Amino acid sequence: MSTALTTPNEAPVLADRSGAPAVRIAGVHKTFGRPGADAPVLDDINLDVAAGEFLCLLGASGCGKSTLLNLVAGLDRPTAGTIEVAGARPALMFQEHALFPWLTAGKNIELALRLNGVPRAERRPEAERLLELVRLAGSYGKRVHELSGGMRQRVAMARALAQGSKVLLMDEPFAALDAITRDVLHEEITRIWSERQLTVLFVTHNVREAVRLAQRVVLLSSRPGRVAKQWEIDLPQPRRIESACVADLSVEITEDLRREIRRHGQH
Amino acid sequence: MASTETAAVAETENPAGTAAPGSDLHGVEAGLDALDAVQVQRTPLTQVLRQKVLPPVLGVLLVLALWQLVYSLHVTPSYKLPSPLAVWQSLQDLWYQGTLFSIVWTSIWRGISGFVAAVVIGTPIGLLVARVRPVRAAVAPVLSGLQSLPSVAWVPAAVIWLGINDSAMYAVILLGAVPSIANGLISGIDQVPPLFLRAGRTLGARGLSGARHILLPAALPGYLAGLKQGWAFSWRSLMAAELIASSPDLGIGLGRYLENQRDSSNMAGVLLGIILILVVGVAIDLLVFSPVERRVLRSRGLLQTSR
Ligand SMILES: Nc1ncnc2c1ncn2[C@@H]1O[C@H](COP(=O)(O)OP(=O)(O)OP(=O)(O)O)[C@@H](O)[C@H]1O
Ligand SMILES: [Mg+2]
Repeated sequence: MSTALTTPNEAPVLADRSGAPAVRIAGVHKTFGRPGADAPVLDDINLDVAAGEFLCLLGASGCGKSTLLNLVAGLDRPTAGTIEVAGARPALMFQEHALFPWLTAGKNIELALRLNGVPRAERRPEAERLLELVRLAGSYGKRVHELSGGMRQRVAMARALAQGSKVLLMDEPFAALDAITRDVLHEEITRIWSERQLTVLFVTHNVREAVRLAQRVVLLSSRPGRVAKQWEIDLPQPRRIESACVADLSVEITEDLRREIRRHGQH
Repeated sequence: MASTETAAVAETENPAGTAAPGSDLHGVEAGLDALDAVQVQRTPLTQVLRQKVLPPVLGVLLVLALWQLVYSLHVTPSYKLPSPLAVWQSLQDLWYQGTLFSIVWTSIWRGISGFVAAVVIGTPIGLLVARVRPVRAAVAPVLSGLQSLPSVAWVPAAVIWLGINDSAMYAVILLGAVPSIANGLISGIDQVPPLFLRAGRTLGARGLSGARHILLPAALPGYLAGLKQGWAFSWRSLMAAELIASSPDLGIGLGRYLENQRDSSNMAGVLLGIILILVVGVAIDLLVFSPVERRVLRSRGLLQTSR
């Protein structure tokens, strides 16, 4: 494994695991309905996400990725086990932008700032700074329906950042976008991740996307959801999704994902 | 940096000039933003006049013309169907007696203050029923039942309980309007996408601040529809109550004026009363509720501007 292949201003290839983890998931079980009677969705998940790490959770549809993310976000409680998140409530981005249509782009961000306790006078300038960060400087007064899909996701990203948390949870945030827009947003999220030294827990079922973005890819098995396999991706950033090394690794991971899925057909 | 071909064309299209060297994707991004941005245009005034104002005006003129025609053909005796001109005459009489304004205002004032009270009472009821499950199970059927009961049915009861006075009028208005306002809010809240609630919770909006920042604004379109219907119910029940209950304490509102005209067999006055009641009801809807509703829907991109 190579280390320190960094150029200035860029994140390290591999996460630094010496400090305390930003997210610690220990022995987490989740069952909807009656524990014991209904099959668990998540079964003994153990996962530490290092501070500043970019981790992609990969798995077949319905394997419990969103369930796990919701648990980390505090929207739901685990049936057993503990989840610790360093610092404040983590920010969460959904597959749909989830922007409020009764507010402008800027006001959506300001609401997040307000609920985060930012004083009134600082909200507007901070909202404009965040819009600039996602390269939407002129869109403060735009309504949600006036923005394109990619722009909406960038505003949603700015709103998530406005929560002031270092931990950003993303649930297939780019799944509904076309390939070119997604490409652009991959670039944005890796830039913002390294600029702001965020810890990102990114859910996807797109293997290439995972390899394009992550320092570490975690494959979840289905029913019950368990950590099946992990890969450290030591390709230097910025990566291109169409590059050969991303493709090679994707083939390898896809093979494992298929094996995971095939396992279910045999019983 | 990865060795990639630079998209020179896209680069120059980036007006902000924020593209870092080597990152051709920023040019692509600027291009995408420019291509995808949705243009929202408002229809010009002349088109609004032609498409929205002209047809109803023509419709009213048509009704007047038909009315005049039937009158001129002497299909019915004129004490049953007076001419439009005779009704206009009654209006002028009222105007010169100086009572027109006071009659209309008596009813409008009652209607509006009753409606405001109904909003103040109906809104918390709606919130409570929508969000608290046991309350919902108990109260929601009662509310829908009340909504389908014509509130005229309450007039005799209100008169016996409260006497023939303003309180009875307000009671009838409230019984008519509160259920529809509460039901509007309930259905507005039920239609709020769960995604907004989850997004609100991750942003830290819970309890009262969640209701204020997420739930109520998200439910606003349904709430407004309920308010609009609530006004219609208020106005109808008030007219019914004024028609039925008669007392010097009540003064003369539109309903009472209508009933007085019937007493004196003045058909022109009766028609005038009906027209005034209609005009007030429609005018409040057109001047107050419709513009607010359109504004809210347009700002959320829920209104098709062109058809
Ligand atoms: N609230 C719930 N009640 C009952 N079952 C649920 C609930 N939420 C999720 N499940 C079940 O848990 C399993 C995992 O769901 P989850 O949404 O976490 O999957 P996912 O990995 O995010 O899938 P996808 O890739 O389709 O988004 C599914 O079988 C689903 O039916
Ligand atoms: Mg999911």
